[in-house]
Amino acid sequence: MSSPVLDVTDLSKRFGDFPAVDGISFSIKPGEILGLLGPNGAGKTTTIQMLLGLVTPTAGSIRMFGMDLSTHREAILQRVNFSSTYISMPQSLTVEENLWVIARLYGLSDIPRRVGDIVKKLEMEEFRTKVTRKLSSGQMTRVTLAKAFLTEPKILFLDEPTASLDPDIAEKIRALLKEERRSSGLSILYTSHNMREMEEMSDRIIFLQRGKIVAEGTAQEIVTRFGQADLEEVFLKLARESRC
Amino acid sequence: MKLHRILALITRHLYLYRRSPPRIMEIFYWPFLDLVIWGFITVYLTRFQSQVPGFITFFLGALILWDMLFRSQQGITISFLEELWARNLMNLFASPLKPSEFLAATIVMSIFKVTAVSIVMTVCALLFYSYNVLMIGLWLIPFILNLVLTGWVIGVFTTSLIMRFGQQAEVLAWSMVFLFQPISCVFYPMEILPGWLKPVAWANPAAHIFEGMRAVLGAEGAPSVSLAWAVGLNGLFLVAAVWWFYRTFAYCKDQGLLVRIGE
Repeated sequence: MSSPVLDVTDLSKRFGDFPAVDGISFSIKPGEILGLLGPNGAGKTTTIQMLLGLVTPTAGSIRMFGMDLSTHREAILQRVNFSSTYISMPQSLTVEENLWVIARLYGLSDIPRRVGDIVKKLEMEEFRTKVTRKLSSGQMTRVTLAKAFLTEPKILFLDEPTASLDPDIAEKIRALLKEERRSSGLSILYTSHNMREMEEMSDRIIFLQRGKIVAEGTAQEIVTRFGQADLEEVFLKLARESRC
Repeated sequence: MKLHRILALITRHLYLYRRSPPRIMEIFYWPFLDLVIWGFITVYLTRFQSQVPGFITFFLGALILWDMLFRSQQGITISFLEELWARNLMNLFASPLKPSEFLAATIVMSIFKVTAVSIVMTVCALLFYSYNVLMIGLWLIPFILNLVLTGWVIGVFTTSLIMRFGQQAEVLAWSMVFLFQPISCVFYPMEILPGWLKPVAWANPAAHIFEGMRAVLGAEGAPSVSLAWAVGLNGLFLVAAVWWFYRTFAYCKDQGLLVRIGE
């Protein structure tokens, strides 16, 4: 059995008295897609921010590729990337310029080919020379995804990557993610509020509530455990509980 | 530190300036306007030159040097603000980029701005008022280098404050340096300050540079002591400012402020 590329142990983050993430442990194997599910405020985004080294954990450890993030940040982040519907890129730069800056930041070689390939893969030819400010939200999402794919990461953190995409492009993105996983062994941590997408994409799902893991397993295992009709029903049940 | 990451950030800022006339204007417009307004005031005051010898050389020289300090500070702080406005800090600090590389890139942008401003102001002073700042001589080199260092100290300190307190503190990018202007003794000698303020001015490296400039222009001998004070204080404050930046960066990561700063 292959060793995990990501190993999180007893990870916690407190902001004052508020436990945003409360002692969670999980791992991701090479080529695995792990879904991170939970209502707003459950701790999904804080978890991803800790995995990206943007927020310092209060306790616990994060290991990627066998290295500790607190001591090997540079080596780990070179092989990791992320995309979120909620992030932006410099608005005064063109799509292509933004991708060039990212490529240089990660020290990539053969930048024109890589940028050309990713532009083609994500069907961005028609707006590659457009200033980012003039893009629609769906186009912007594709640019942030292109940024994430450009560096050919081994682990990808995706925070609602298809939230603002039309169904056709969203489907193409999901197909691309599956293809990358198949061809390069890409591991993905995936959050989404689209339960059908979660079921389709994730090998396993972790359900977070108030910073704790309350369920873990395949979508079917979780549905069975909570005695609900589908994942959406489980989500609604837990989300309503957490608001009580 | 990795050069390619520093170059990536510099490229990002150069792309920005390439297609943003307001940003280019911001580099040249204010220094030019300063020079025009204060230049004409100086020309008017030279009618009384017999009462205030060498006034024009003091005043225009001081104005040009002060603007170098100001642009040096702006080069650092505005580069950080550009990332904040673009909500790009998350992209940068979730990459292998180190805080030291980020600072190095802002320092290069600062040098770029100071160089641009210096050329514009020197040429304009020569064209408009037949004033040659190079008359200060070789002392001009250590003077400028030290003023740039002082600008970096103020810039790094201000950047840390903006990082800590977010966009509500961004006004500091333009106002902080003016807090130092009265105690930098740009247009007047330190001796005219009230007694209680003199030690404060003495602790400001820029004040020693402007004292030194007046000594050179007044043919009062080599300002080696002033320069030594400026170098020593700049070294001390630069180390303190960088330490403060790292401390603030760690605090922001602990409090989750780094990801919320542009919101």
